Amino acid sequence: MDLNYTKEEQAFRDEVHSFVRDNLPKDIAGKVLHHKRLVKDDWERWQKILYKKGWVAPNWPKEYGGCAWSPIQQHIFDEECGYLGAPRVMPFGLVMVAPVIQHFGSKWQKEYYLPRILSSEDWWAQGYSEPGSGSDLASLKTKAVRQGDHYVVDGQKTWTTLGQYANMIFCLVRTDSTVKKQEGISFLLVDMKLPGVTVRPIITLDEEHEVNEVFFDNVKVPAENLVGEEGKGWTYAKFLLGHERTGIARVGESKRELEQLKAIAAKQLRNGKPLMEDPRFRDRVTGVEVELMALEITLLRVLSSRTKPGPEASILKIKGTDVQQALTELTMEAMGPYALPFRPEARDAGWHGEPVGPEYAASAAAVYFNYRKTSIYGGSNEIQRNIIAQMVLGL
Amino acid sequence: MDFIFSEEQQQLRDSIQKFISKEYGFEARKAIIASKQGFSDKVWAQFADMGLLGVAFDEAHGGFGGSSVDTMLVMREFGRGMVVEPYLSTVVLGGSLIDLGGSEAQKQAILSEVAQGKLLLAAALGEPNSRYELNCVETSAKRDGAGYVLNGHKAVVLHGESADKLVVSARTAGAMRDTKGISLFLVDKKAAGVAVQGYRTIDGMRAAEIRFANVKVGADAVLGEVDAALPLLERAADFAVSALCAEAVGAMEALNAATFEYLKTRQQFGRPIGSFQALQHRAVDMMIHCEQSHSLALLASIKVQSEDPNERKRTVSAAKIQIGRSGRAIGEEAIQLHGGMGVSNELAAGHYAKRLAMINATLGDVEHHAERFAGAA
Repeated sequence: MDLNYTKEEQAFRDEVHSFVRDNLPKDIAGKVLHHKRLVKDDWERWQKILYKKGWVAPNWPKEYGGCAWSPIQQHIFDEECGYLGAPRVMPFGLVMVAPVIQHFGSKWQKEYYLPRILSSEDWWAQGYSEPGSGSDLASLKTKAVRQGDHYVVDGQKTWTTLGQYANMIFCLVRTDSTVKKQEGISFLLVDMKLPGVTVRPIITLDEEHEVNEVFFDNVKVPAENLVGEEGKGWTYAKFLLGHERTGIARVGESKRELEQLKAIAAKQLRNGKPLMEDPRFRDRVTGVEVELMALEITLLRVLSSRTKPGPEASILKIKGTDVQQALTELTMEAMGPYALPFRPEARDAGWHGEPVGPEYAASAAAVYFNYRKTSIYGGSNEIQRNIIAQMVLGL
Repeated sequence: MDFIFSEEQQQLRDSIQKFISKEYGFEARKAIIASKQGFSDKVWAQFADMGLLGVAFDEAHGGFGGSSVDTMLVMREFGRGMVVEPYLSTVVLGGSLIDLGGSEAQKQAILSEVAQGKLLLAAALGEPNSRYELNCVETSAKRDGAGYVLNGHKAVVLHGESADKLVVSARTAGAMRDTKGISLFLVDKKAAGVAVQGYRTIDGMRAAEIRFANVKVGADAVLGEVDAALPLLERAADFAVSALCAEAVGAMEALNAATFEYLKTRQQFGRPIGSFQALQHRAVDMMIHCEQSHSLALLASIKVQSEDPNERKRTVSAAKIQIGRSGRAIGEEAIQLHGGMGVSNELAAGHYAKRLAMINATLGDVEHHAERFAGAA
């Protein structure tokens, strides 16, 4: 047993660190580090920098222009990017739909879509959840009826993250309602510019526009946009879930947030002393820090196992989001009464108004409420517990 | 980065597992606990034969030249089997105090005897008013010619009654909580003036209050540096804490397995109670507690060897915090999920819960280590 990184892994970390430090635009890092509002161009600029370097697709095989990095290398990359304040690479194209296309897509789909995903020419969205199908995803109702060389799609998707920027959406649609619910689902790639597609914003508790509803009204999608076989969509969806394992714990990002929390708690005062020296507050920070230390090793144990991560990786989702949420909660509490002032305009980069309270207070409560999403999305933490109970514990 | 144990380490683990499943079942253990001294000489001799008593000592001192990882492996299996023999006090804590701080002569004289199972040690560090602070020492050692005279009261000395030799912390200078002025002495338990009041602990082990009344020791009884023994004490205690963490992980694994098995077999309302989601989710949280504890126990078993004392303290304390919280959570949930059977002394489950709770109260609880963790940042 050796819990040190190898020389090669250490050298790789140094290489990633210097590259990100030297090439991540300062204005973007500044926004991420201070929880300012990101705009479409910020994500695209960073992804294009990574694309130029050849690092935008760590998980892809070499034949499609990916890095084919080991799980440990991918973790190192995620950790350094998270720690240094890089915006998250949008996962919908690169991490989610691309592996499905690579494994099950047609020759045409591979040749057309994969390069466009790599170069950020297309911005993808995920069309899974529906108003009536959250945790019970397989009950989804959006239907696609084959008519000649088209599918006609009718229905609604929801919680579509950054769908307002997307021009493509991969959808689970019902193509057969006469069979078992999982067996009547297909996987369809839909151009969002097609007539009949409407995007409506959903404003979240932080009054931000991050998620959307997407309506499909008689949308004619070419049949060549079906991935694999009709009725196999559920299988592909499960395959896709298995691909979002390494980043899910968000260790690098949480390390960065913990450091910021400590810095803030060193400046805020309680009883005339830094909050960080207050035993009550400090013990709560310690509690989260210890869980984060453990999580990092748990993650590395999962990544180092010789078998592909299985359902036990759900632990990473549960614990990772626990830690993220606890950090946002403590950061908000550290502000004391300055958690109250809510000035969304102060989150725009370049805003020069009169600040209220410390600069770092401007986003704390908004981020706290925004992060309530983490234990709900990507399979709620209750669903993750169901998965472990059934697949790992055999209950 | 790899989490794989060497072939030798796997063999070591397998041999302990085999021994425990064959000869250290719940009933056998119960009989051992009920015996006069509270542990088995026969088992101890078998541990010696298996090489467990010298696993981490140098070969030059009769050991096997193993590492802290080997100690972790042994303790994890002992945790699974709830082994009550004085391994922590004699080999881990007593042994490492001598290994890390002893003179060559002391190592030669003591470690090989320990490795052969001929000598039992106990570390008399705590006092009635010290709680978990190793620097809080009222017991005094006053110069007396070439030697010293010891007076004081040492509290909850694990396996103090059965020990042949005691490692005693005593104040040779300074005030009660000063970090300087602490020295360590090797004291024969049979020495005149040593009074031992032995008792059972709630988790099936033994401990003792030990009083020293004008106990005379020679200059050769000093272990390590006079007036400056605290760093040595802390290092050895950290080693023992990392071992305790591994023991706790073994206990958690066994307790979780027993609880999950119970959820699958216990029928109520016409179905296994494990089919109820309210219980499933609690079982999953128990599993997550165990995995997180396991992660930090592994890290602590490596970092306890770190040359940087801050890194060592931070990691070991982090592991003890995690284990304290998770051990309590798992113990309480296991009892609850076992229902009435959980509170029966006839079932192993409650005994694991007892051990886990007492591990938290040994060598620093969550609060103690939280304070230390913050100080080592």
